[in-house]
Amino acid sequence: MHISEGVLSPPVLLAGGILTLAGLAIGLKNLKNKKLPEVAVLSSTFFVASLIHVPIGPTSVHLILNGLVGLLLGWTSFLAIFLGLLLQALLFQFGGLTTLGVNTFDMALPAVICWYLFRSFEKKENLKLSFIGGFLAGSLSVFLAGIFTSLALYFTEHNFISVAKALLIAHLPIAIIEGFITAFVVTYLLKVKPEAIYE
Amino acid sequence: MHLEVFAEGNSFLHKLDPRIKILSLTVFAILCAISKGLLVPFLYLLFSLSLILIANLNLKELTNRIFSANFFILFMWLFLPFTYQSNPYIHLGFLKISLKGIEYALSITLKCNAIILATIALLATSTIFDIAHAMLHFKIPTKLVTVFFLFYRYITVMHEEYIKIKRAVLARGFNPKTNIFTYKTYAYILGALLLKSFERSEEVYKAMLCRGFKGFFPLLDHFKMEKKDIIFGIFICLISILIFLFN
Repeated sequence: MHISEGVLSPPVLLAGGILTLAGLAIGLKNLKNKKLPEVAVLSSTFFVASLIHVPIGPTSVHLILNGLVGLLLGWTSFLAIFLGLLLQALLFQFGGLTTLGVNTFDMALPAVICWYLFRSFEKKENLKLSFIGGFLAGSLSVFLAGIFTSLALYFTEHNFISVAKALLIAHLPIAIIEGFITAFVVTYLLKVKPEAIYE
Repeated sequence: MHLEVFAEGNSFLHKLDPRIKILSLTVFAILCAISKGLLVPFLYLLFSLSLILIANLNLKELTNRIFSANFFILFMWLFLPFTYQSNPYIHLGFLKISLKGIEYALSITLKCNAIILATIALLATSTIFDIAHAMLHFKIPTKLVTVFFLFYRYITVMHEEYIKIKRAVLARGFNPKTNIFTYKTYAYILGALLLKSFERSEEVYKAMLCRGFKGFFPLLDHFKMEKKDIIFGIFICLISILIFLFN
């Protein structure tokens, strides 16, 4: 869930903005001209994927997939997620422009963390290990995104603690679903196009 | 996929230079986001409402948009009045409602909607390609803007691919439920979509190479800044600052 405009305090907004700028700078530095269309089209696909609603019990949730973004794009995840959120803010007014920094950081840093932690799991010789790595990357990235979002709320106003807790709990079932979906996607890609997983 | 609903129009705001619109929105949004209390956010909301009136947009689309954008705010309302630790409280049966909590939630709601309306009035009235073009004028790295351009360009293409795959899956009697099989199916749909995007991006890259791509797209049309653009920009910034100082 993206934090809306007008909720967070100036220091939190500023910190999020600066951290996201740093992440974007590293992402852009790592991006070669040759990879430019690939990153762009993958970002489009992730944007479309985030519109897919997956059933869970009586309701449905939309996919976040920041773990998968991390495994496929590494540091350029910052770019993909930033652009996705920028477009959502421009087209649908979800999240927002002043909160763009915080919201990008909340989702992109977990993606990069999971890339560092689990990229060595992804080997086509050992699909079981890849499945486990994919599951952990998918679920941990959503869980961490939940923690960062809750912390942004908590640092703004300590009275937000109950909202922050509720938000974190709401992320738990999504984390499990995302874990399974990321694991299946990763093993699928390793079978058909192993070079897709970012080295 | 029809994405830029509000960009089609003929109002004064639609015709303004996107650079001016981005700059004035930045001033408005930052000042509004850091404002406090109820009165100042309320004045910002009135100001952005008047901008929306100038933009003359489809009312039905607009209300839909505002409702869905307020989802997070609704979430805050569910908690804040009951958990805010501050006197005075009102007791309603077993519920203890904090007045401060209500005030805080109201302030957030006003600020959020003021910025949302201003964003719709000032940015959604330009096309995404115009905004990307304006980003170049603000010295945003060319690489980032190029990726943004391609990213936006291929959303519709990838969405069509998704619709095709989904139609094929539904034709085979797929019925989404809460189980592993459903998630596996969605994952394979996604996997297929990713494969298509790798293929597509290779084609795009080759096409770009054939046309002598050197890391940026040359610009064909240029913005023209007129007197009315500058006056409007100064007007928005001045009012935003005046409201901010009103406290």
